Amino acid sequence: MTASLYLAWQYIRFNKFKTVILVASITLIAVLPLALEILLAESERQLLNRAKSTPLLIGAKGSALDLAMNSLYFDDEVPEVMTMAAVERIYDTDLALPIPLYVRFQARGLPIIGTSFDYFEFRNLSVAQGRSLTMLGDCVLGAKAAAKLGLGPGDSLVSSPENLFDLAGVYPLKMKVAGVLAANHTADDLAVFVDIKTAWIIQGLGHGHQDVTRTRDSTVILKRTDGNVAANAKLFHYTEITDDNLDGFHFHGDTSIYPLTAIISVPNDEKAGTLLRGRYLEREDAQQIIQPAEVIDGLLQNIFRIRNVLDAVIALVGLATLLTMALVFTLSLRLRQREIQTIFKLGCRKAMIGRMLLAEILIILLVSSMLCAVALQITDANAEELVRRLFVG
Amino acid sequence: MINISDLHFHYPCSEFRLAVSEFAVSSAEKVAVVGPSGSGKTTLLNLLAGILTPDQGKVQVGEIAVSNLGDAGRRDFRISNIGFVFQDFELLDYLSILDNILHPYRITGALKLSAEVRQRAIYLTEQMGIAEHLKKHPGELSQGEKQRAAICRALLPNPSLILADEATGNLDPSNKTRILDLLFKCVEDHDATLVAVTHDHELLPRFDRVIDFQAFQAGGGS
Repeated sequence: MTASLYLAWQYIRFNKFKTVILVASITLIAVLPLALEILLAESERQLLNRAKSTPLLIGAKGSALDLAMNSLYFDDEVPEVMTMAAVERIYDTDLALPIPLYVRFQARGLPIIGTSFDYFEFRNLSVAQGRSLTMLGDCVLGAKAAAKLGLGPGDSLVSSPENLFDLAGVYPLKMKVAGVLAANHTADDLAVFVDIKTAWIIQGLGHGHQDVTRTRDSTVILKRTDGNVAANAKLFHYTEITDDNLDGFHFHGDTSIYPLTAIISVPNDEKAGTLLRGRYLEREDAQQIIQPAEVIDGLLQNIFRIRNVLDAVIALVGLATLLTMALVFTLSLRLRQREIQTIFKLGCRKAMIGRMLLAEILIILLVSSMLCAVALQITDANAEELVRRLFVG
Repeated sequence: MINISDLHFHYPCSEFRLAVSEFAVSSAEKVAVVGPSGSGKTTLLNLLAGILTPDQGKVQVGEIAVSNLGDAGRRDFRISNIGFVFQDFELLDYLSILDNILHPYRITGALKLSAEVRQRAIYLTEQMGIAEHLKKHPGELSQGEKQRAAICRALLPNPSLILADEATGNLDPSNKTRILDLLFKCVEDHDATLVAVTHDHELLPRFDRVIDFQAFQAGGGS
């Protein structure tokens, strides 16, 4: 067998190009489904981890998946909104801690998360640079968001308008970067966090403008009555919240009707969680309560059904490639007929010729297996990061 | 050395027929076989080497009745007794010149590759003037150098019978003479017998005997 291996190795070395193509084809066929398996398993783990760490989510009735994806992974798809009154409703039950979420706006392609301080504690998010949110208009950036935007404490970040063609829309808000969070390897790393009230200001529900009661510019005032001043569009609106104009920012109407996309509910205990879920069972209730782990699990089941189809496609493509390779090998045997004839004339047994060809196949398979093992090892070692890049952004 | 009597052979699915009533070559004789293409010269060499088996008749080389041997026996006979020099050299592109010369030792269990054999292979290449090309591949050598390598491969196991099938067919005139000189020298040095098929009539006077194979088949004479 040593001589067969030696001769096979010489043949493979001499025909480098052909060998490299063969090895690459075999390696790819083997690596693709296996690497996909590793990445899917890791993505399942990561998705479920995030979902499992979020006990209950409350949102307006609608797609539970949209609610979970928006609230957990800050997906672009905004679920039906509900009002801030839903937070009071949970407080009133005394069963859970409500953490409001308003995930609707973006800044330079990154989601702006309007929330409360409780969110940072709940997700174990700590400030790595700068400070946390202290005043309206402040924002803190996730670790990757800061790196991606090249921003740090003291810099500014402007919110993106929802619709570029809405001329009557709200001015974008220039936010001050107060701090940068330490990486926690979740969707939080690629997010911009603001206080829930700042999110409402971005929407235009709260605003700041020049003091109409003190202005001397009569062209700004439409009507002045006792206790009320109506101004026209000439009135100057602030697009940045500073210490000087902070007092000029205000919200009109009752903030309890201001919008939220979700509330993370952290029950006091398991029983409290069950009781809380019971409160949202009424058909007429405008809100729904979901267990994110169940919703994401359902999503994964669907992904796995798709994966089965994908596996079948890969298997068929792999089979077709193997058959093509068998054809190539058979044709190359024909091309090597003269060589085989020579070897036979020199006194070689047919079994020896078979052994030489088998040794060639074995070497190619061995090299492919080694490359495959290395590729899978690398995939496995980097699966967490790869999945984060694929899923987190 | 060689005795053929009442030999009949045909290829399946072919109308070609080879019939030789008597053919004899003495030990250490250098015989040229000439004749038109398709007259059966190469077939004769293949029958002598035990690559083909006759339908009828007897092929004897030395003390061995080749035509009576089975597959394995003929293979062993070929390895131990025959040195074959092919028309197109039949060197393997993917092996170095040294590996090509040593090739018979790697593909058969009957020949044992040893340090002595390697030394002898190097000695032969020195004799043939190709010692500096041992690590090169056939594609890097001239036609003449390739043929010299093929002769080294044929001579390495010290065969008693050398069969050369148009060994100089692809060579220019100067190389033809040079290669034939080398082949003859080696045959004489090793006390071997040479049966060479050739189309080159200029070289014929150098052989001990010339057989016109077409006339030989028709009339049975030499």
